[in-house]
Amino acid sequence: MVPQPWCVRRSWWETDDSFSFELQAQNEGPTFQFSPGQFNMLYVFGIGEVPISISGNSAKAETLIHTVRAVGPTTRALGDLKRGAPLGVRGPFGSGWPVDEAMGKDLLIVAGGIGMAPLRPVVYAVLARRQQFGRVCLLYGTRTPDDILYAKELQKWGKRTDLETLVTVDRASPGWTGNVGVVTTLIARAQFDPQHAIAMVCGPEIMMRFTVRELQTRGMRSDGIHISMERNMKCAVGFCGHCQFGPTFICKDGPIFRYDKIGHLLAIREI
Amino acid sequence: METLERIVADHPFARGLDRRHLELLAGCASNVRFETNQVAFHEGEEANEFYLIREGKMAVELHAPERGPINILTVGGGEVLGWSWLVPPYRWSFDARAIEPTRAIALDGKCLREKSERDNELGYQLHKRIAQIMEERLQATRLQLLNLYEVHT
Repeated sequence: MVPQPWCVRRSWWETDDSFSFELQAQNEGPTFQFSPGQFNMLYVFGIGEVPISISGNSAKAETLIHTVRAVGPTTRALGDLKRGAPLGVRGPFGSGWPVDEAMGKDLLIVAGGIGMAPLRPVVYAVLARRQQFGRVCLLYGTRTPDDILYAKELQKWGKRTDLETLVTVDRASPGWTGNVGVVTTLIARAQFDPQHAIAMVCGPEIMMRFTVRELQTRGMRSDGIHISMERNMKCAVGFCGHCQFGPTFICKDGPIFRYDKIGHLLAIREI
Repeated sequence: METLERIVADHPFARGLDRRHLELLAGCASNVRFETNQVAFHEGEEANEFYLIREGKMAVELHAPERGPINILTVGGGEVLGWSWLVPPYRWSFDARAIEPTRAIALDGKCLREKSERDNELGYQLHKRIAQIMEERLQATRLQLLNLYEVHT
């Protein structure tokens, strides 16, 4: 529960409002173990603490990378941290994506906006042992071409023959020759067997609801669909109750849930 | 050799059509290819055909003064471009332009309208499929309008 002192090794802007940084432990050993989909609580001293997904490679335990969208006082303060600046880190917390469960099956990764950040470690993990998975499709939607996270990596992945990468934007800008339309429209274009596939979905809740609907229309079962939930998390260990969602705590039981376990709660507007 | 009827039958739009209707459809079909930047149709022109995209990517655009073409939707392999041929006054509401080399089946909408008047079952099957596409596009447009990725703090 006590934040450990870390500092910023380097940081860079991914888009106009989102940045990534690599952190370095000041007290702990040189490695940091986590599972794709887990998050840390990042504490800017004197300002506040926020839950942020880990967006780096889980196989590279010597690096800890987060991607943050600067939208509030704490996330903006994180963006202002310069090289060597200290911050507190608690974690890793939460459930991870079921990467092992997807082995031997087709895998559909569907990300919207900043939702690409917690899914990037899945892409790294899958590509590291690519032959153990069936067809793998990465579908990513965001607002405009300027809002595309990890644009260079997506370009690189798009050239691979063993990874179908489809990117779409809601609003095209002049010169954009990629797809235009919401991310759900990419599902029909993806090559996968709905009967033998696992889907991992992360993005705004409305986007996830419509994505799940589309996946089900294509024949996917609810127990093959996994979504990443977001609620106001404070303690990250299920004590404070801020992120209680029906009988579950997003921080402790999630943030990754199998859709058949959580889907019915999404329809309850009071929670 | 792949016959036109076989190619039409393989497209998701024709899934579930019986043999007789596939033959009627193929009778109004032709193979087309658009090179990058080639325009398939312009806003305001008569809409007498539509396209079953086989491969490639077409942009549905609207031209705005001082802004030029605004790409509002892309349509790719396995999808359908155009439904104005089915709805009076049969004129295109948007432009369509290839943004990569695209192969498609062009279906003569005027021919299909006439056949549908004589064979209402064919007309029903076509309307059912176009209505499905309209529903999907309307839903997608509503989501686009919501600006889902905007953070509300």
